[in-house]
Amino acid sequence: MIDKRVASCVSAVADIKDGDTVMIGGFGEAGSPIELIHALIDQGAKNLTVINNNTGSGRVGLAALIENGQVAKMICSYPRTANSLVFPELYRSGKIELELVPQGTLAERIRAGGAGIPAFFTKTSVGTPLADGKELRNFEGDDYVMERSLKADFALIKAKQADRYGNLTYNKTARNFAPIMAMAATRTLVQVNEMVELGDLDPENVITPGIFVNALIEVSQPQQESQLVKDGITYPEVKASATNSLEKINSGAIQA
Amino acid sequence: MSQVAKNQKLEATTQIGWNREQMAQRCAQDIEDGSYVNLGIGIPEKVAQYVPDGREVIYHTENGLLGMGNSPSDEELDADLINAGKKAVTAIPGASYFHHGDSFAMIRGNHIDVCVLGAMQVSMKGDLANWSTGAVDAIPAVGGAMDLVAGVKTIYILTQHTTKTGAAKILPECTFPLTGQKVVNRIYSDLCVIDVTENGLVLIELAPGISFDYVQERTGVALINGLSKKNNIADNHIVNTTHKAQQ
Repeated sequence: MIDKRVASCVSAVADIKDGDTVMIGGFGEAGSPIELIHALIDQGAKNLTVINNNTGSGRVGLAALIENGQVAKMICSYPRTANSLVFPELYRSGKIELELVPQGTLAERIRAGGAGIPAFFTKTSVGTPLADGKELRNFEGDDYVMERSLKADFALIKAKQADRYGNLTYNKTARNFAPIMAMAATRTLVQVNEMVELGDLDPENVITPGIFVNALIEVSQPQQESQLVKDGITYPEVKASATNSLEKINSGAIQA
Repeated sequence: MSQVAKNQKLEATTQIGWNREQMAQRCAQDIEDGSYVNLGIGIPEKVAQYVPDGREVIYHTENGLLGMGNSPSDEELDADLINAGKKAVTAIPGASYFHHGDSFAMIRGNHIDVCVLGAMQVSMKGDLANWSTGAVDAIPAVGGAMDLVAGVKTIYILTQHTTKTGAAKILPECTFPLTGQKVVNRIYSDLCVIDVTENGLVLIELAPGISFDYVQERTGVALINGLSKKNNIADNHIVNTTHKAQQ
């Protein structure tokens, strides 16, 4: 019997270790697996290398993971966006490393990683600072730069529908990096809006075949990053009160 | 030109050259029927509003949609349906969704016909700098710009002719970090239209009331005057396409 459903986001992310590489789906908030990211914040794994197109917004989701000091290095194409508060500050103070990658090269490196291709040549970035130190090769009169593939220990992604085999569909442009990240990670954890029965998904319409998926968690009403940012929410929400409690403990007001 | 000229008359007479809307409108004249087009964030997005009636153009947005439509109504709004600028959009009948690998295969595999981008600097050879000033404290961010210039068949640049302080943006060499080498085909500024050719930069059209000398004074490179035969732009220049895979 194959059933990739797990009990919770907490159990899904339990095996992520300090120092792991984690791909996180999403382009801005579209496709961002915010409940899985928050579970990873609660879980606490540190010194992570995170691969995402951006660096999150506000103080929730990916931005909160970074703010919580769990990310040593970001691999991304566009680390500053509207409402990107956390990353710029840490980057300027040298507390987080950045590997800047052209967006298409980022996608292709992930796809190559999932397809067993260790490196490839592309015209993108030839003659620019992002090609510095990389091997150049001339094919039929044009220069190309060699790029190495990307793999990850875990991928955290969001899907629209899934069956228990892990076959996935997505919603509109929320698909973005998820299918290729699912292929490039050793373990792919999926939060899905709706679980459906085997056979309910037309095989013609399956976007990610279940072989690329390891764990499924139904999150039927995911939070919207932009709404949380608009509402000024931070994650963990209890951070302020936890600090207060700690102060109370330290001051002897509460018996620990 | 007639639409642009007509619009020009409606504008305040104090304005020099084309305004942003008119620049977008001028560029849109050159988007051919049946083209697959990627528009950069900012002023280039305006080009879609001005493509002449009767031309069917399909817009690609690199986050994963071919057949991007207008902004949504409140009822149509979906946080999962956005463009590369992370703004809410709609999908036209006949649209398709795809993942980032496929989206950038469209770009890097020479399948997109035209891309319109902004510029910080353009060199006389068609080098483009539009992602970084190289400032030490800046957060570097590149997005899909390097992929677009490397893979799209024709690159149009929509830019003010000079910086806000009046410095030339069209230069012998870019001083900012490059986005790509020899990638620009044509520049639409507030003052004129310039083609990048094997022989150099050819000025092929002037905004109303602008002279060749006025443009030359604001350009860091000697321009070739291509304003011959009553501004017939079709046969007095050769577009620089030697760096691209030819169809």
